[in-house]
Amino acid sequence: MVERAQPVSPLPGIGAAALVAALILGTLAAVALRAEAGGGFGPADWAALRFTLTQAILSALFSIGLAVPVARALARRRFPGRRALIALLGAPFILPVIVAIIGLLQVFGRAGWISDILGYFGFAPIRIYGLHGVVLAHVFFNLPLATRLILQGWQEIPAERFRLAAQLGCNGMAMFRLIELPMLKRILPGVLAVIFAICLTSFAVALTLGGGPRATTIELAIYQAFTYDFDLGRAALLSALQLALTAAAALAALRFSRGDGFGNGLDRPIRRWDGGAPIADALWIIAAAAFLLLPLASVVISGFAGLFETPALVFRAALTSVMVAAASTVILLLLALPMATAVATGRYGIVELSGILGLAASPLVIGTGLFILVRPVANPTALALPVTALVNAVMALPFALRILVPAARDVVSRHGRLALSLDMANMTFFVRILLPRMRAQIGFAAGLAAALSMGDLGVIALFADAQIATLPLQIYRLMGAYQMQAAAGGALLLLLLSMSAFWILDRGGRWHAEA
Amino acid sequence: MKHLLIAAGLLSATSAIAADKPQLTVYTYDSFVSDWGPGPQVEEAFEAVCNCDLNLVGVEDGAALLSRIRLEGENSEADVVLGLDTSLINAAKDTGLFAPSSVTADYALPIEWTDDVFAPYDWGYFAFVHNADYSAPANFRELANSETKIIIQDPRSSTPGLGLLLWVKAAYGDEAPEIWAGLADNIVTVTKGWSEAYGLFLEGESDMVLSYTTSPAYHLIAEEDASKSAAVFDEGNYMQVEVAGKLAGTDQPELADQFLEFMVSDAFQQIIPTTNWMYPAVTPAAGLPEGFETLTVPEKALLFSPDEAADVRDQALAEWLSALSQ
Amino acid sequence: MLKLSDCVIENGNFTLHADLGIEPGASVAIIGPSGAGKSTLLESIAGFRPLARGQIHWQGTEITDLPPGKRPLAMLFQDGNLFPHLTAEQNIALGVRPNGQLSPDEQGEVQTALARVSLAGMGTRKPAELSGGQQSRVALARVLVQRRQVLLLDEPFAALGPALKTEMLDLVAELIEGTGTTLLMISHDPQDARRITDQTILVAEGQAHSPVETAELLDNPPPSLRNYLG
Repeated sequence: MVERAQPVSPLPGIGAAALVAALILGTLAAVALRAEAGGGFGPADWAALRFTLTQAILSALFSIGLAVPVARALARRRFPGRRALIALLGAPFILPVIVAIIGLLQVFGRAGWISDILGYFGFAPIRIYGLHGVVLAHVFFNLPLATRLILQGWQEIPAERFRLAAQLGCNGMAMFRLIELPMLKRILPGVLAVIFAICLTSFAVALTLGGGPRATTIELAIYQAFTYDFDLGRAALLSALQLALTAAAALAALRFSRGDGFGNGLDRPIRRWDGGAPIADALWIIAAAAFLLLPLASVVISGFAGLFETPALVFRAALTSVMVAAASTVILLLLALPMATAVATGRYGIVELSGILGLAASPLVIGTGLFILVRPVANPTALALPVTALVNAVMALPFALRILVPAARDVVSRHGRLALSLDMANMTFFVRILLPRMRAQIGFAAGLAAALSMGDLGVIALFADAQIATLPLQIYRLMGAYQMQAAAGGALLLLLLSMSAFWILDRGGRWHAEA
Repeated sequence: MKHLLIAAGLLSATSAIAADKPQLTVYTYDSFVSDWGPGPQVEEAFEAVCNCDLNLVGVEDGAALLSRIRLEGENSEADVVLGLDTSLINAAKDTGLFAPSSVTADYALPIEWTDDVFAPYDWGYFAFVHNADYSAPANFRELANSETKIIIQDPRSSTPGLGLLLWVKAAYGDEAPEIWAGLADNIVTVTKGWSEAYGLFLEGESDMVLSYTTSPAYHLIAEEDASKSAAVFDEGNYMQVEVAGKLAGTDQPELADQFLEFMVSDAFQQIIPTTNWMYPAVTPAAGLPEGFETLTVPEKALLFSPDEAADVRDQALAEWLSALSQ
Repeated sequence: MLKLSDCVIENGNFTLHADLGIEPGASVAIIGPSGAGKSTLLESIAGFRPLARGQIHWQGTEITDLPPGKRPLAMLFQDGNLFPHLTAEQNIALGVRPNGQLSPDEQGEVQTALARVSLAGMGTRKPAELSGGQQSRVALARVLVQRRQVLLLDEPFAALGPALKTEMLDLVAELIEGTGTTLLMISHDPQDARRITDQTILVAEGQAHSPVETAELLDNPPPSLRNYLG
């Protein structure tokens, strides 16, 4: 396509991307420069790399493979409680890792519910620990995200398309090939890259479910380099390797996900006419709900008793977490909206790339790097909360971009010409057209960012002192002090807060497409 | 963002009020400063006698604590570091950042304490904790030959994990790889830290979990639950001695010395048993809290000197990795 | 005069040449077989598609490289002429000021425009609450307040029924009557061309020909047009 005028400038987005890249690469450089003696890679590091890649690729493929039929079933069916179900499905993603692991093992573990049932019929308990356990856990974390992103793709298909296809007598496979497959081809590579990147930096999940040092990931090697060996050079090198792998995955995804939007459609409520396979759809929905909700149910059951004995300072930590999440959401939107706009107006893959790096950046490296950089000018402890909000925002950026970019692209391609012909200024187009047209996606992205920030331990552990704690940090502290019941109560509180934040923002942003 | 600024403002306001008193900054691990840990009581007790402001900063765990000190180098904010253990002492001394100390006390340790830089404040035995009605194996060989399922921590990310590594090495020396190979099928999983492992054990994922002989005291005293016991192994149980030291670069050397002296005094020591759930380094005048007498006590205490620990650490880790990666 | 000097427009593997002039105030139809490049020509004049070669002048001033909104022209597209999330009034207001922030006087101008397209009182409705004909009227009301010297129509009424389409074109003619506006409209219907325009540009075989009298062209069509007209 010939280059042509655009209704909105990519410059602010390029600026935001540069800031993000500076944060990620700058902190890495700070760590590398602080290194005393640089260590190279040993055979153990190559083994870690192999395992990391294997589990990340498998996890991403399984997550996507299962998310497509689930999202399709959810897109086609209307049933009471559908919205609540979709909101709940997002929950695993925002749980602190330690809580999620315990919830998962209460269902799938050696002494879990499933093993109990098997035992009742005289079968041996299931063996969850191993590569398959790592993949299972990662699917548990990422299936909801994949489902939501793909579901959104479905909802961005204008109702007119379905009407046309229905009128042509398409249903089932024909509808899939005609309308849905092109949409999936556009959306899936990005989702795949995001999940691959998330799994790349997995550490505690991979180790615990992997059953031992066979399941050593690069992130664990980074941790080891930091604390066990204090080899900052090796930590920086491993972190750079992680960034390079993510960048490669992201670039591959961007190559494959090019494609145009769906053209014009009026704001009509989406109705579909393809009635096929209600039973298969129902089975997919029930299976996914059971897989994701049972561990959550166990978190709720365990936490219920503890919730009423939860000490007051857990509630104080909860308040801190809400504030951090709010700030993090604002920072996220300030970065993500200009970046999404820049990507939508042209070939600014580099902007999207810088956004996705947030996933691959090791929190330990970012945190340590920031610590090194901040310390000469300010007391890191006083900045614990702002820094946590900032890092959480950068970590949520890749998700936000996946949500915002397709929508921004669509708005620019639908309305860009008209705006240009009206001589609309950059800012006017951004405020009057882009933002209102993307309200649903902005709400979703903001909700996800708030929930993620609420649930993520982030870098606070590196900066905090006794007086400040976010809820996840407080939960870890409770567990470290044998207070498992109070910790479970705190986890339930966290779950409720995250879900509410997500629900309020997502709901507030919903414009037409119900979800 | 506004709220954050307000929050930051409040924080700096509270520190401003205390600014006219000298401030002593102590870096320690996170669970020490938590409200269930010794931190709050220690702070209150010390501030009552020092006419100073005690600022406790929590850093993840012992290993991360040492990394933090190395990261900050000579101009660290910290005056005192509290929470390293014997396996880290050597690396800590190598940094040259710590100053000798003259603290002595009548230590209740099963070993003699002679270190001239670090002073111990509590100690314990590593042990496998199990339900009281479970008949635990008597040593590592028996464990390896049994069907008993255990959860352990990764030595690369956890202090107890490293303790177990040194335990097996101290007990079996060159036979350690063979022991690990035998244990491989008993290990349900390896976790990042103590919390994950203990949490999974309480959920029933394993028969035993690597923890401390003092863990049952928590359940007994805080929860009035006598259902947990710790297994004593006949080759001996490895010890953990937790220590504190003064930084050479401190701008409050007298206050730091005063804190270390306070640390081995009754006021500090009596807080330790029921907050850190370890044995106090010096037995308080009032004795140990009720319930501690029920704890199993190993007949033999194993502990590498800091030099030995530093020497065998990397080899032991390599053996562990290779045995469990088969 | 709107002058296209030795223009070459490329669109994929297809090239269109144009070297022609249009008198100010003229009403010109653009006619030609499907795919001949009628829309491509309009897009280039409007600034959405760069020229491979040549210049465009309006009243002696070169506008070749001006961005679309800075050209002295308004355009209605085949679809997407309204922002779906804005009310009729807000859509029209964008024609007065691209930021949509109007003074009371300008608000009055919007109301007058609404009345002129017979939509008085419907200003607060959103496009989805209006019929196709009403949506077209809103777009025309906006063109009205834009007060541009040239109006380009890329078949904006193609989706409407024949009677409604005729009504809309008549409304266009009525609205620009006496304003001196130059009208360029793509047409598939010779009757429309005859009724509304006095001149016609034939676009065929890679060439946009100079405008000629509409009646004359349609009475004696060249072979390329004859096939198309059937």
